[in-house]
Amino acid sequence: MSTSANVLFDAPGPRTVARHRIYTLIASVGLIGVLAFVVWRLYDSGQLTYEKWEVFVTPDYIRAILVDGLLVTLQMAVSAVLLAVIFGLVFGVGKLSDHSWVRWPSWAVVEFFRAVPVLLLMTLIFFSYGISRGDTGAYWTVVIALMLYNGAVLAEVFRAGIQAVPSGQSEAAYAIGMRKSQVMNLIMLPQGVKIMLPAIISQMVVALKDTSLGYVVAAPGLTAVGKLIWNGEQNQVPTAIVLAALYIVTNLALTALATLAQKKLVGEKKPLEVPMVGHLDAGQKP
Amino acid sequence: MNAVIENFDLVVRAFTYTVLLFLIAGVLSLVFGTFLAAMRVGPVAVLSKAAAVYVTLVRNTPLLVVLIFVRIAGPKVGLNFNFVDIVIGEIRINNLFAACVFGLTVYTSAFVCEAIRAGINAVPLGQAEAARAIGLPFGGTMREVVLPQAFRATIPPLASVQIALLKNTTLAGAFGVAEAFYRMKILTNNAPGEKIGIFLTFALVFVVLVEIVSFAANRFERRARVAT
Repeated sequence: MSTSANVLFDAPGPRTVARHRIYTLIASVGLIGVLAFVVWRLYDSGQLTYEKWEVFVTPDYIRAILVDGLLVTLQMAVSAVLLAVIFGLVFGVGKLSDHSWVRWPSWAVVEFFRAVPVLLLMTLIFFSYGISRGDTGAYWTVVIALMLYNGAVLAEVFRAGIQAVPSGQSEAAYAIGMRKSQVMNLIMLPQGVKIMLPAIISQMVVALKDTSLGYVVAAPGLTAVGKLIWNGEQNQVPTAIVLAALYIVTNLALTALATLAQKKLVGEKKPLEVPMVGHLDAGQKP
Repeated sequence: MNAVIENFDLVVRAFTYTVLLFLIAGVLSLVFGTFLAAMRVGPVAVLSKAAAVYVTLVRNTPLLVVLIFVRIAGPKVGLNFNFVDIVIGEIRINNLFAACVFGLTVYTSAFVCEAIRAGINAVPLGQAEAARAIGLPFGGTMREVVLPQAFRATIPPLASVQIALLKNTTLAGAFGVAEAFYRMKILTNNAPGEKIGIFLTFALVFVVLVEIVSFAANRFERRARVAT
């Protein structure tokens, strides 16, 4: 619990302690009751039998889940984020341009792709490109759709990150006679990237979760492997639990990495604030 | 564009489903998320831990997997919504719709909880200390000092969460609700030549819907804001 929440309470006196003990008891009983009900439902409907879980201790299936599933999903997420960084860099810097004919189109592209649901993008790309190319087509459909969406989000991150560099830096750079592109490339971006890196890694988590959307275009990956398993074995509940567990573990590892990067590179400062979609003054230059 | 104009009534109905999903799941997730946030910051350690575990688990699970739980795994353990069947004109709210609303609510509540908690943490420490110093009890500190300020700080992140929910409703289309994404996929399938026009129509309606939510939030925030 954070420090600010602690100040909300007095150190509890004997009566409060007793009252809290009763609350704790009631809450524990309630929570255990809910858990017991869930386990009982699983048991009662025969989901806890060995046959339903057998595939998850079979080496061939484990290999399929990890190699055809998790690894492909990670590949999709990494390629999407790498492409998104390039996309975001172009449009994020574009939004900070001095020329309004660069600034406004960049703003429009970023706002559009941030506001449109990824599934709609995926459908368009699938019908334009992926439909005749089998698994590879579906794979790149997911990657391109995620690149456009995450790229638009990262463009905002880059813009906010560059603006977070103290203005004295760019003023000093201009004062020693640097050109605009030099100020951006040599002074602002290198310092901005340090501030942005945690936000970029956090965006990986979003991208990783969104790769599951490939389900609707039959893309390879964790959910596709899961679907194959539950169609073959009729063990929907155990498969869903295993899928969720794999996503959760991977995402927690990424989040830990982002926190580490935040500590190493930015210190205890607040993470970058990125305005929401459609924020009225997001398009203006500062 | 012909595909959209010829099926205009279907498109309108699809977006009605989208908006209904958004409104119902939005309100439910706000209620449940606030409840979770209260558990999270409250003094009872067990509830606080339980809420934290819920938020961590749900936030790191893709919405698609949540919906797989609700729609594909759920019926196997007797979790179905067959008791829901409301027909209003052309709109039919059936068990598929209810299941998707349930999934969206479960998922979005975790984010609502985090947004509200962030809002409470954003209130400067001195405010709570001052309230404690003049002798307000926990209830008074929260009601009179912390929550009114936290509420303002919470509007922008809550609006972001609700906008994400609006975009996430498209996933219900993959699980049998005839909303915008479902309709768009069928129209594109029937008229592949007009895919760009169909996409732009649906995308622009979404942009407009997002802008409406965002505009309302900005207005609301401006009204709630005080001089600092």
